[in-house]
Amino acid sequence: MSLDVEPRSGVDAPLGTPRRSRINLRQSGIYVAFALIVVLFAILTNGKLLQPGNISNIVVQNSYVLILAIGMMLVIISGHIDLSVGSVVAVTGAICAVLTVNLGLPWWLAVLATLGAGALIGAAQGYWIAYFGIPAFIVTLGGMLVFRALTLTVLGNQGIGPFPNEIGTLANGFTGGYLGNVGLGPLGGADVVSLLAGILVVAGFATAQWRSRQARRGYGQAVDPVPLFAAKILFAAVVVLFVVVQLARFHNLPWVLVLLAVLALGYSLMASRTVFGRHVYAVGGNLQAATLSGVRVKPVTFWVFVNMGVLAALAGVIFAGRLNQAGPTAGNAFELDAIAAAFIGGAAVQGGVGKVVGAITGGLIMGVINNGMSLISAPSENVMLVKGLILLVAVAFDIWTKRRSGTVRLS
Amino acid sequence: MTEELLRMRGITKSFPGVTALREVELSVRRGEIHGVCGENGAGKSTLMKILSGVHPHGSYDGEIEFDGRPRAFTGIRDSEAVGIVIIHQELALVPQLSIAENLFLGNEKARRGVIDWNRTNHAAQRHLRRVGLRENPTTAAGELGVGKQQLVEIAKALSKQVRLLILDEPTAALNDDDSAHLLGLLRGLREDGITCVVISHKLNEITAIADTVTILRDGRTVETLDVAVDAVTEERLIAGMVGRDLEHRFPPRDPVAPGEEVLRIEDWTVHSPANPDRRVVDRATLSLREGEVVGLAGLMGAGRTELAMSVFGRSFGVNVSGRVLKHGREIDVRTVRSAIRNGIAYVSEDRKRYGLNLVADVKRNVSAAGLGSLARGGWVDEHEEFRVAQRFRDRLRIKAPDVLAPTHTLSGGNQQKVVLAKWMFTEPEVLILDEPTRGVDVGAKYEIYTIVNSLAAQGKAVLVISSELPELLGLCDRIYALSAGRITGELSRAEATQERLMHLMTQEVGS
Repeated sequence: MSLDVEPRSGVDAPLGTPRRSRINLRQSGIYVAFALIVVLFAILTNGKLLQPGNISNIVVQNSYVLILAIGMMLVIISGHIDLSVGSVVAVTGAICAVLTVNLGLPWWLAVLATLGAGALIGAAQGYWIAYFGIPAFIVTLGGMLVFRALTLTVLGNQGIGPFPNEIGTLANGFTGGYLGNVGLGPLGGADVVSLLAGILVVAGFATAQWRSRQARRGYGQAVDPVPLFAAKILFAAVVVLFVVVQLARFHNLPWVLVLLAVLALGYSLMASRTVFGRHVYAVGGNLQAATLSGVRVKPVTFWVFVNMGVLAALAGVIFAGRLNQAGPTAGNAFELDAIAAAFIGGAAVQGGVGKVVGAITGGLIMGVINNGMSLISAPSENVMLVKGLILLVAVAFDIWTKRRSGTVRLS
Repeated sequence: MTEELLRMRGITKSFPGVTALREVELSVRRGEIHGVCGENGAGKSTLMKILSGVHPHGSYDGEIEFDGRPRAFTGIRDSEAVGIVIIHQELALVPQLSIAENLFLGNEKARRGVIDWNRTNHAAQRHLRRVGLRENPTTAAGELGVGKQQLVEIAKALSKQVRLLILDEPTAALNDDDSAHLLGLLRGLREDGITCVVISHKLNEITAIADTVTILRDGRTVETLDVAVDAVTEERLIAGMVGRDLEHRFPPRDPVAPGEEVLRIEDWTVHSPANPDRRVVDRATLSLREGEVVGLAGLMGAGRTELAMSVFGRSFGVNVSGRVLKHGREIDVRTVRSAIRNGIAYVSEDRKRYGLNLVADVKRNVSAAGLGSLARGGWVDEHEEFRVAQRFRDRLRIKAPDVLAPTHTLSGGNQQKVVLAKWMFTEPEVLILDEPTRGVDVGAKYEIYTIVNSLAAQGKAVLVISSELPELLGLCDRIYALSAGRITGELSRAEATQERLMHLMTQEVGS
């Protein structure tokens, strides 16, 4: 079915491909898959998956992987990989513990210092990768061992804890009911602040989408017809409000959700709207073309890894705060979850392609599978099996769509 | 009449948008050395790829008859099985493996999967002796010079019981001694009854060793000359190669009074990164004036791209020396950024490797080099970016569904226009266009020529590098010829002919 939605003037006749093929499966398939998985597990668990407490759990339990996935997405877009993030989570958790518990620094200073340490770690690895030209796979494989070793050196065989309350709150806690509760009829009481935040997000999203649609029409671009556009917005609004209402009925918004929302928005804008973000895509898409276009490819790569280090440190603080102690095995295999999240979320193996929102969706897909399967008491080996297959299918799908579109040539 | 070993009849091969070969005929007699010549892009390599099965049977029209039987090769293994071996211009040895290992790669002397090293090295020695290469078979291939590697390739062919040996530009990278040795070797092989097809730009070599010469032009067989009958001279070959058909393939270009000198490249010398002793560009000096389209002609390997890329931010070569002056003042072109800042743009010859981010859309490719001018405080003005991309799409008539279409879905000509748009958006004063119409169909070529003309009309200085002489003649006000890294001459539009250029381009320069 081919329909030219908006007439475009002053342009050559469009070519023989159906325009609608560009609601492309590759971009939107991930969200459809996510919705299907949620529905599937909601049915399998008799609705337990979507209970207020459980939604809150999914967010809190996966927050650190999601934070890592954001950074990993940028690393993969730039054409690299980072295997060290799990160990960096461990070592930064340990650093934070030493600073707060052993040295008694105020919590905020300790957190800032830990993020600084993460930046240094990222800079150290980024140096070898960007300026020395060692493949990231090797450098970060080394980093994985080195930072795990440092963690063990600092901690020995035991953990350090407990953390100051503030750090625990950041990882585990909820926003206060600043404006009290409001009754939602049969649903019971719900936190007003959470509801307002949800409404604000929906309104912001709808406005942004509308403005971008208007702008595109202004350039004579094809846009979704109004019903489809409205349906998309409505769907997003329903999902967000549903989650927020459930959370508001439970314990208000988890702080990590607020943090994640800020990071997701900030990094999405950074990736798509800033010169730096564009350069990350350019470097990963075609290194030589980027070089010959005047992109300083080495600093770009370097800063991508510095950023990864900072986000890994943030994940380290949150993970340690959640357990209320920094342990020697913290962050084990987190790198694999983060990498899987990025690839499930639409990153391309060769680099140059991917979205921050995709990484978060990919991470949530794995989180929902984890959570849902544990709710139906599936053995953990089955969880691994399913996650492994999902990863394989996601990347196979990506390559398949690419191969298909590769054969479409307009002349 | 001598018996035919190979006959290719009515070979036609099309690629999307381009017909590379049209009804090509090639007939090779048993035991002769058969030269094939033609300009770059005349279809020589495509023809050889068909013969060796790289383009499998079914992907082309026409017939191949070898040794009296029709053949339908579906891969290199098929053609090698009957004794056709091709040695490519880029040598295909694995540098880390020994000579002997390379000789028998894919064809190992083994018993039940275990390699018999004695037998391997002995056999290797025998083949090496035959090509006159005195090297230990256990030496790593990468330690040999290019000339010797070439001999290893021939030895490898001999080890496969070769009956028809095809050499693509065998002496392009060789010095005179090595070339002479190679030609002598080919004569020796002829004595042994091995038939050779030699593709070469070096016409003096063709006239020296070939028994028969086939000339290709624009994907067609022009003629086949028999050295014993026809008087085959270099002039004769050049006349055949360049033809005389310069129809309306170019937009009219009125001679303009050239403006002031914009860019001057002085005493530019570049050394090869692979072999820092070798000069790929040798004390070249050229000058570009305002509103002028200047051509740079040269055969493959003459150093055209190397010259351009080394000027553009030292993107090629080592030990680069010389000066670049803009409006008489020396400028810094040591990095790509400084070259761009100084108003130079370089459209590379290989748009897929060096020009485009194929996974990204048209808009982002157009803005890639000039993103800074769209940004304030590090934030890109996306609306303006959209408008810019759209403007270029309309102006250059880029055929794409919209500017959000990924560039890998566009045809070659439209991809090339995207690259041009990218550089036009940086508002350069000097544009270096390296093979601007390679892999582009005829219609899009004309449009690109029109774009080049309009750039010059805006007062920009344009340097066009091209392998196609008619293109340079149709497009340029002035043409430099480059041979072995040196500027061997400069012809004005009025003076330039294909013959004169070809002479300058093939001129031997002593080192």
